[in-house]
Amino acid sequence: MRRHLISAADLSRDDALLILDTADELAKISERSIKKLPTLRGRTVVNLFFEDSTRTRISFEAAAKRLSADVINFSAKGSSVSKGESLKDTALTLEAMGADAVVIRHGASGAPHRLAGWVRGSVVNAGDGTHEHPTQALLDAFTMRRRLGSLDGRRVTIVGDVLHSRVARSNVLLLATLGAEVTLVAPPTLLPVSVGSWPCAVSYDLDAVLPKSDVVMMLRVQRERMNAAFFPTEREYSRRYGLDRDRVAKMHDDAIVMHPGPMNRGMEIAAEVADSPRSTIVEQVANGVTTRMAVLYLLLGGANLGGEDQ
Amino acid sequence: MTDAVSRARDQIRGPAHAVLEGPDINRALIRISHEILERTKGGEDVVLLGIPTRGVHLARRLAEHIRQFEGRAVPVGSLDITMYRDDLRTKPARPLGRTDLPADGIDDRTVVLVDDVLYSGRTVRAALDALGDLGRPRAVQLAALVDRGHRELPIRADYVGKNLPTSKSEIVKVYLEENDGRDAVVLLKEGDK
Repeated sequence: MRRHLISAADLSRDDALLILDTADELAKISERSIKKLPTLRGRTVVNLFFEDSTRTRISFEAAAKRLSADVINFSAKGSSVSKGESLKDTALTLEAMGADAVVIRHGASGAPHRLAGWVRGSVVNAGDGTHEHPTQALLDAFTMRRRLGSLDGRRVTIVGDVLHSRVARSNVLLLATLGAEVTLVAPPTLLPVSVGSWPCAVSYDLDAVLPKSDVVMMLRVQRERMNAAFFPTEREYSRRYGLDRDRVAKMHDDAIVMHPGPMNRGMEIAAEVADSPRSTIVEQVANGVTTRMAVLYLLLGGANLGGEDQ
Repeated sequence: MTDAVSRARDQIRGPAHAVLEGPDINRALIRISHEILERTKGGEDVVLLGIPTRGVHLARRLAEHIRQFEGRAVPVGSLDITMYRDDLRTKPARPLGRTDLPADGIDDRTVVLVDDVLYSGRTVRAALDALGDLGRPRAVQLAALVDRGHRELPIRADYVGKNLPTSKSEIVKVYLEENDGRDAVVLLKEGDK
């Protein structure tokens, strides 16, 4: 494995399988009465969050604490960042505090990549702009594997706001590495121009794709990033691309429904679908902690080989 | 060249020069199962926990012997100690082995840890820490197929298949049918691997 986890594309098939297998073993920890391992004792993990997040930050915090690492939470609000401190100065401050790993969420695509050049510890991308969110892709793959077995040849359909979605990009890259066939479904206005170069298929017709999907992953419509008219009305979007009971009925019996959260119930996904037994939305949260434990262990649990990427 | 070194060198010429051969390993395991039964008054409350990889196979074999002699099915499990090692920082992160505890757990049981080679004792130290996080056994005992000496911690085995005096530069390799296609314990000189 490399020293940082910035992009799902950095992971070879062996790396990805190693993370998932490690997570499989670590999943048992959450069933024990003592949910803690001594492995990262004395290591410091900094959660550096420039964007709002509950799920991901808490998930990383729980993962680090279960491995006995010390956790420092840093959120941009109420910090020197609001006084105009630059990312580099913040990074140097963290460096001086002896951070062994920095988990960063940032509104700008590429911020974790920049950070990796400034700090000695490992950098884990917890979401950067509209670029990538590799640990989300890993926990999604982990959830699929638990429900469906191997991902080889499985058909995964990712529906919705692909344009603004770091989750979609990371998932496409990782799932392609793991041998799944990914189809993106979205209105043409919500697909990035570069989508032709991604290792996946594209469709505009959800109803045609649903019957042959093993996994349907709904993306959140990111209202906060909607600064142009990408679709006429929310009702129309919901009618064409929302997952309701009638659409779920077209899926085959073992197919699962995923959502990275937070959901807009009634918009991209109907409440009764989100709460149905097909839905893995709550599992995804639990699996998030396990998968992030695996990532932190594999990045920090061994020798610090320093300097070069391994 | 000293005698010990040339002897070790001879022993790697082929499987014929192994320290323990298949039947020897079996005899040692049969003896250990009898000893376990003796020390634990018929194996009541015993749980065998193998340390991956080969310790798990040995634990299964011991359980099978005990079943044959006593007609008692002793619970078997595996205990991975990777996350509890004290030398994690000397190598890149290692892949984890399996931890599978018997359904009834280990609380108030007599846990017999099973490993292939007892050397520094650090693996056993890690296993004891791991056990502490999993439950509270009434007693913990240790069975090793080979005890090669050179302890670095105050730890000893309760059941030993063979005491094998070694030099620190030698490597003790255990092969088991389940894993390697044959049963043997071989003494290698460093670099011969």
